[in-house]
Amino acid sequence: MSLPDDYLTYPRRQYGMDQDLYPWRPVQAGKSVALPGDRNLAVALIVPIEHHGLNPSGKPFKHPGAMVTPYPDLRHYTTRDYGNRVGVFRILDALDHAGLKATFPINAMALERLEPLVHAIQSAGHEIAAYGLSTDHIHWGGLDRAVEETWIAETTSLFAAKGLAPTTWMSPARQQSFATPVLLAAGGYKICLDWEMDEVPVEMTTDSGPLTCLPLSNELDDRLLLIDRRQSEEDWLAQILAAIDCLCAQPERFGSRTLGITLTPYVIGQPFRIAALRAILRQLSTDRRVFVENVTRICEAYRLASQSSTS
Amino acid sequence: MMNDPNLYDYWPYRNRPRIEWPGGKKLAFWVAPNIEYYEFDPPKNPQRPGWPKPSPDVVGYSQRDWGNRIGHWRLMELMDKYGMRGSISLSTGLIDHHPEIIEACVARDWEFFSHGIYNTRYSYGMNEAQERAVIEDSIRSVQVATGKRIRGYLAPALTHTERTFDLIAEYDFWYTCDLFQDDQPQPIKTKSGQLMSMPYSLEVNDVITYGQLAMTPQRYADVLKRQFDQLLEEGTRSGTVMCIPLHAYLVSQPHRIRAFESALAHIYQNSSDVWITTAAEIANHFRTSYWDQTISDISARGLTRPGTGFNP
Repeated sequence: MSLPDDYLTYPRRQYGMDQDLYPWRPVQAGKSVALPGDRNLAVALIVPIEHHGLNPSGKPFKHPGAMVTPYPDLRHYTTRDYGNRVGVFRILDALDHAGLKATFPINAMALERLEPLVHAIQSAGHEIAAYGLSTDHIHWGGLDRAVEETWIAETTSLFAAKGLAPTTWMSPARQQSFATPVLLAAGGYKICLDWEMDEVPVEMTTDSGPLTCLPLSNELDDRLLLIDRRQSEEDWLAQILAAIDCLCAQPERFGSRTLGITLTPYVIGQPFRIAALRAILRQLSTDRRVFVENVTRICEAYRLASQSSTS
Repeated sequence: MMNDPNLYDYWPYRNRPRIEWPGGKKLAFWVAPNIEYYEFDPPKNPQRPGWPKPSPDVVGYSQRDWGNRIGHWRLMELMDKYGMRGSISLSTGLIDHHPEIIEACVARDWEFFSHGIYNTRYSYGMNEAQERAVIEDSIRSVQVATGKRIRGYLAPALTHTERTFDLIAEYDFWYTCDLFQDDQPQPIKTKSGQLMSMPYSLEVNDVITYGQLAMTPQRYADVLKRQFDQLLEEGTRSGTVMCIPLHAYLVSQPHRIRAFESALAHIYQNSSDVWITTAAEIANHFRTSYWDQTISDISARGLTRPGTGFNP
């Protein structure tokens, strides 16, 4: 038994990336961008609003947070729903108290059921982003391109039906197909939250135009750390504060950095966890080195700052 | 199979009408000791084995037996110290095996609700007659042993069918502990009866915290204190419910019980605005004073959807 000969051929073995979405750029290369007001760090708070159905297909894999036990898994259905009913309002109150704005990606198929929540997010002045159709519509390499195009179009039209025109996108489970970036750009999306290859927003070039990737930290994801990795709220808080300090440390070398932090309503919105979030928001709102805004404003600030530094 | 169970309407936490617990209290607090019997050699349900390991699972079985022989008694005495009554999630088969435990709980005026016959017999795959038989057996067994009619339900090992809620509502149960969507009660949409969801919590359930989340005893105590502080603060706007669901085979372990006591002491010392009570008393208060108010608020917000659970 052996592998075919082409297993030992390397057609993209060359300088730079092995894909054409964005160029290679090591951290010290190129011009660094400084945000105005001596802000060394832009922080994007991402609050995913997802609905977990009782009977998911689980294809091509289970979305994080999907049902676990045999049907009807009301245990997990209702613990996830807790986030959309109760937990998210604790997050909204905490943001409001700290005077900070966040970005809320929402599953398009949940817009109808969660209409009062959508209004609360809007009226508080937060950004609404598209978060695919549902947690059971995962974009992935085996998805037919025409189907994916339809899903994106349906997502856009469900938002439009509610008078919303989001230009920021996060994919369900942050999973993509090879075509997702070009289809998102073609669909009118400007910013994507799936990629995290840098500490500044990175512009992708696609055949349908640019798509800016704002980095969102998987390694600080509250669900991953607090549930999957069983860390304590104190440890989660300490790691975020450590990241902020590290990223603010060398503005003269690297310019202003960006950090995206996920706040999952059914996780950090629990009564016993919300104090940890309040502590982070307190730190963020009083730290003069940090600029906390929604992702569209962060990307816009980088664009303006980079224009003024090149002119 | 349905993707949305339609058991309750979406009802956002913000700006709900005010709930006030008796005496103007802000938080209704209850403790739910699970008093369970796991069989040595249970029959296999096609969807889930009785034990994760092949029977006999000697460590798993004997640890739970330790809970019945020692753990419950240690927990009872601790709760006595703080004047807290339990609302017992009961494997009703235990009545036959260990009547001493039942008598000790009756003597303390603790409440019983059904957690199935054994925690090794699951609802998956039951037909309607079988599920009715389990419910009727639960009601009858507790009635004979204690003279009291049970009003609450927590499905054995959290296993359900699509008709579970319609059935328990029809049998005049007042509350279900099976749904974890809220920190306040809410009417459940059933074909008949008047069934509400009772906040019970998996998040601060000792099975989850010690096991799945791997908490140390002290961290679990800290979590309980923070849970209490937050829900008490929010109870100023509208009354909240906090439950501590417990399993003596876990919490009463000698290395855990004192750290746990510090949480009960914290709650006891800060209880001037807290109604320390039982689940049936909370349910009775809600169904007589706030049932209609809740239905009207959901309706006034335009959030009432047609149909009942698993029946859109």
